Amino acid sequence: MTDLGIAFGRVAFVMLFVLNMGGLLTWVERKQSAIMQDRIGANRASIFGFRLMGLFHPLADAIKMLTKEDFRPARADRVLFGLAPFVSVFFALVAFASIPFGDVLRVAGREIPLQAVTLNVGILYVFAMLSLGVYGVMMAGWSSANNFALLGGQRAAALMISAEIAIGASIMGVVMIGGSLNMMDIVRAQGHLLWGWLPAWGIVTQPLAFVLFLTAGIAATKRIPFDTPEGESEIIGYFIEYSGMKFGMFAMADFLETVVIAGMTTSLFLGGWQIPYLVADGVRFPWGGAIGLPHLLVVLLQVGAFVVKVCAMIFFMMLVRWTLPRFRYDQAMRLGWLGLFPLSILNIALTGLGLLLWGGPA
Amino acid sequence: MAHVAFGVVAAIAVASALGLVLRRNAIHGALFLVVNLGAIAVLYATLGAEFLAWAQVIVYAGAIMVLFVFAIMVLIPGKEETGPDPRRAWRLLALPAGALLFLQLLFVVGGRRSTAATASPAVGGSVESIARLLFTQYLFPFELTSVLLLAAMVGVLLLARRKV
Repeated sequence: MTDLGIAFGRVAFVMLFVLNMGGLLTWVERKQSAIMQDRIGANRASIFGFRLMGLFHPLADAIKMLTKEDFRPARADRVLFGLAPFVSVFFALVAFASIPFGDVLRVAGREIPLQAVTLNVGILYVFAMLSLGVYGVMMAGWSSANNFALLGGQRAAALMISAEIAIGASIMGVVMIGGSLNMMDIVRAQGHLLWGWLPAWGIVTQPLAFVLFLTAGIAATKRIPFDTPEGESEIIGYFIEYSGMKFGMFAMADFLETVVIAGMTTSLFLGGWQIPYLVADGVRFPWGGAIGLPHLLVVLLQVGAFVVKVCAMIFFMMLVRWTLPRFRYDQAMRLGWLGLFPLSILNIALTGLGLLLWGGPA
Repeated sequence: MAHVAFGVVAAIAVASALGLVLRRNAIHGALFLVVNLGAIAVLYATLGAEFLAWAQVIVYAGAIMVLFVFAIMVLIPGKEETGPDPRRAWRLLALPAGALLFLQLLFVVGGRRSTAATASPAVGGSVESIARLLFTQYLFPFELTSVLLLAAMVGVLLLARRKV
């Protein structure tokens, strides 16, 4: 019974974290762009006069979308048209499951790994879920019986394939250094210190892979500068026939994917829940000296660090989204196949050479 | 519990395979195949071959089938393939050929029952054991496969260049 409760708690934490982050991002998107463009941004929605910096806008949006007409084109493929947004959101939502948000929590003689699901090949799981998400988009594009939607679906498929190959090849370097496909092991492997002071985070040991992964990851979220499947000024995209909450779910899936990519970047390249010099029993400085901390506080600090890092990554991805213009379709393809992919192969070769020269996985 | 799970997953696999064969709509068929590949991956996972399961999802469901669906979306504008079947004569061959394949499978699976049960636990499903087998015992077939894929890639490049 307790086991079931613990499992439920682990899943619920991740589920609520991802869902709420996704909802919050609709607000972050508007507010951050407003600040970047020297505007005030969404601030009108109020409950009893409280505006709370526009934080009620996601709520108002949800009510608006739920009460709108749910339109379906006459020639649309009934089943696929209805299924598509759910497929999109589902795979974006479950992808986070094997990303660890903290170390092992020890309570009353139990060891609880702080991730929703413990998988030996967790990194492959996240990758697989990310790549399946594109089916929702393709189904939407095809079933709408609209040429623009079809074009959007095709573009999404082509974009996803090119991004996916770059993602898969760029995480190989991290896997080689971590010596495991288990996300928890990969995060742990980033805990040791190089030369006694520098945390061996992925961004230090795999700088090239970090840039490649982040670029391909942003492409996988289908957001600007890689929003060719939408391209609101050219084809409007795969969701052109959708309205109401189904349309909202596609937007939601993009935000959820942003959270997943941020979580993955954090786990693979920013040390996950690691805080430099914080070990299981307290802070241990490289120049000597240590501060003892209780186990629970350490775990809380680590979970906090993970959340902060994810938020920082999301902030960065939003900066990119509101800074760069959209790539043209052929430019995005060229970047993926002729830029990211060969460089990730090069990164694998360099990593292998490095491991051969300076010893195997730590 | 495990038997019930196997029954459900196997039923999904069989049903989606039937869907793939019976649907006239090409996109529906391709999506059924995706479901089928996913169900088979779940069966791999329940057998302890986690790596194989997720590799199957990534490579087949996530990449190859995306390309399939993409190609169907590009090449078949209409929703259904209707009209007379130009390869009607070939269909008559399908039944004997399928029956032959089924008999072969039956023969292979039935004959191998004793060895398969002993071989699988030694192999294991982890990445390490698969990699060790691939790069020692099965190195030659592994390299042959990569040559085959390379040849296919070169062929595609040749075909693509000729058009431009």
